[in-house]
Amino acid sequence: MNDVLLGLEGLTKAYPGVVANDDVSFDIREGEIHALLGENGAGKSTLVKMIYGLVKPDSGTMTLRGAAFEPAEPRAARAAGVAMVFQHFSLFDALSVAENVALGMENPPKPRDLARQIREVSETYGLPLDPGRTVGTLSAGERQRVEIIRCLLQDPKLLIMDEPTSVLTPQEVEILFETLRKLASEGTAILYISHKLEEIRSLCDHATILRLGKKVATCTPAEASARELAEMMVGASFETPQKADRPLGEVMLDVRGLSLPAPGAFGTPLREISFQVRAGEVLGLGGVAGNGQDELLAALSGERTTGADVIRLRDQPIGNMGPTERRALGVLSGPEERLGHAAAPDMSLVENAVLTGADRMGLLSGGFINWPKSKGFAEDVIRTFDVRTPGSGTAARALSGGNLQKFVIGREVLQSPEVLIVNQPTWGVDAAAAAAIRQALLNLAANGAALVVISQDLDELMEVSDRFGALNEGRLSDLRPVDGLTVEEIGLMMGGAHDMEVAHVDA
Amino acid sequence: MDLSSINPVLLIASIMVSATPILLAAIGELVVEKSGVLNLGVEGMMITGAVVGFAVAVSNTSPGLGFVGAALAGALLSLPFALLTQYLMSNQVATGLGLMMVGLGLSSLIGKPYEGMKAPPFPKVEIPLLSDLPIFGRMLFSHDIMVYFSVALVVAVWAFLKYTRAGLILRAVGEAHDSAHALGYKVRHIRILAILFGGACAGLGGAYLSLVRVPQWTEGMTAGAGWIALAIVVFASWRPGRVAVGAYLFGGVSVLQLNLQAAGADVPVALLSASPYLITILVLVIISARGAHAAPASLGRPFHASH
Repeated sequence: MNDVLLGLEGLTKAYPGVVANDDVSFDIREGEIHALLGENGAGKSTLVKMIYGLVKPDSGTMTLRGAAFEPAEPRAARAAGVAMVFQHFSLFDALSVAENVALGMENPPKPRDLARQIREVSETYGLPLDPGRTVGTLSAGERQRVEIIRCLLQDPKLLIMDEPTSVLTPQEVEILFETLRKLASEGTAILYISHKLEEIRSLCDHATILRLGKKVATCTPAEASARELAEMMVGASFETPQKADRPLGEVMLDVRGLSLPAPGAFGTPLREISFQVRAGEVLGLGGVAGNGQDELLAALSGERTTGADVIRLRDQPIGNMGPTERRALGVLSGPEERLGHAAAPDMSLVENAVLTGADRMGLLSGGFINWPKSKGFAEDVIRTFDVRTPGSGTAARALSGGNLQKFVIGREVLQSPEVLIVNQPTWGVDAAAAAAIRQALLNLAANGAALVVISQDLDELMEVSDRFGALNEGRLSDLRPVDGLTVEEIGLMMGGAHDMEVAHVDA
Repeated sequence: MDLSSINPVLLIASIMVSATPILLAAIGELVVEKSGVLNLGVEGMMITGAVVGFAVAVSNTSPGLGFVGAALAGALLSLPFALLTQYLMSNQVATGLGLMMVGLGLSSLIGKPYEGMKAPPFPKVEIPLLSDLPIFGRMLFSHDIMVYFSVALVVAVWAFLKYTRAGLILRAVGEAHDSAHALGYKVRHIRILAILFGGACAGLGGAYLSLVRVPQWTEGMTAGAGWIALAIVVFASWRPGRVAVGAYLFGGVSVLQLNLQAAGADVPVALLSASPYLITILVLVIISARGAHAAPASLGRPFHASH
């Protein structure tokens, strides 16, 4: 099976001001698992959108089994045998599993036949799923099964997967890989997009690495080290964050029996969460997305209040205080969603700096904003955290995700918090910048702050935290010291494989 | 008070006539909102339908042509709304309110020469056997074609949304336009078609007022019926069946309170006149208080293909 399935030749696509893909050429062979690696903004998404017919290339050609392949729309790509599992944005919460699957198919069978087919395929590949369930009630892992089954029902020749493991527990990842290897052995080619290097090394036959829209290398991932791959992606070497030995101080943040009802129809209730964080300590909280991370951040930051005694800062009850009061006491936070939660998208960086830094940085005088001082603070953040922006007057929306992330985290770090709670601090940030942010968090802890880092990136949690806990359906597991913790143990803490089983079709 | 002056057969028959305009407008708006667009201009499209339908019917002495003209006028008036909100990303609430104002102004301009005229008679449909039934024949089966059309339309919309693929796609677009776009559905086209359908339905509803219910043209004759239609869609939790319940309830109470006024009921007239609005909203609030509200998740959010 070494015939070329999909050939890409000189693909170029430019958007105003940026060349997303510049003369990219590579081949995907029948039945191989091919990795597409690159930082955010390297052009991976644009490239797969061209293959899937969502974007038209400016120049360059594609061939599918030797014939010209120019999908004008996703429908044409699907008809030609290309299927795609999206990272976000392709499911409909209020519709049922069967309806979601039907929407992604060209000629869906009658509802009853479709339900039967969904059951068959889901059993064959060990992805159990009830066709009648409403998608909004499913866990992240189950939602991904919906997408995968939608693709498998169309019997694809090429399956594109865009960062499929970011929402899975390690056990679920292993089962997904079994499914993918089985598919590949049956002759389906898989284009696998990810920035998780260890996964790619264990799964993929070949890797194409993109940097700033250009193909920089093709390699066999199993023969390269993760660090080599990372440096090819970034194009430079970078420092790995160093954890300094530091004495733990008094208990700063003390949470006892925190329970809150779910904020909305599709939210997660918090159930009896208790933990303590000491000065100089970093508590890492993992867990699959949607298991209470956002809700816990909201409760700790003061967006949702609780009984006063449930949350204590240095033995002072703060559970009934709002975010502003907590900020004044030194409890700062950085939520996951950058646009609209951590930053107001249409306001300038200076204005965004004032929004959380007003009190602690003394940016107000007599109720009025001291603009020169605010500008100074914003520029301080920009300089210290290497935020790439034309200036401090630029709107937050105009920054790339990674740069804005550096800004919103830096803004909190420079306010020298006593307790800092962050959710997904390096989400969508390139490896070098992520290392810098992690180092800043570690330095903060070394200076005596207590940190709670919520993240879905286990490598990140292992790198920064002293103790680790996992959120599962709004409950917090026991907290364990990070030293000596294995991936299997972490997976079990995260809830294990949610009734998934290994594919059991004979290859 | 003399309740015996109220004839229940005539009462039910006039309730059906009274509910039809609102039912037509509301079922159209339901489709629009299911596709994720909030068009607040229903009142304006209704009254434009009323005046154009009246004018066409009078000029051709054909109420049938009048209804066709009204549907076209309603759809035509909704077209700028569709283009502004879907292509130029204008704010749906502001554009919808503007559409209402345009409709009101335009209708008085067009309607000036037609004031005081009488609409050509619209024949009732005689259904063999059914129309001859005692009591029920008179009550339910001796109406004009539009009454039956409106009921059939509700059933058709219900079946379309529940059982057809096109209906599923429409709901999907209203639920998550980014997902629908990623799967290759043409979000804008689908929404524009839905908006045009809603405009045509509102136009029909307006024409039913000026051609059958009243039947003549007076300025501002819709008197808030379009707003009631909008409210009914929301409180009916975007379900066709409940929209019909809401529309008939409103029509029913409107007719009943007129009868009560005529019978000299010992209730302040102002309260009686307000009662259709109060009771409809109250009942629908109680219905929607339990269970999920299920507003289309993308309702009123602008869609930009590049996101």
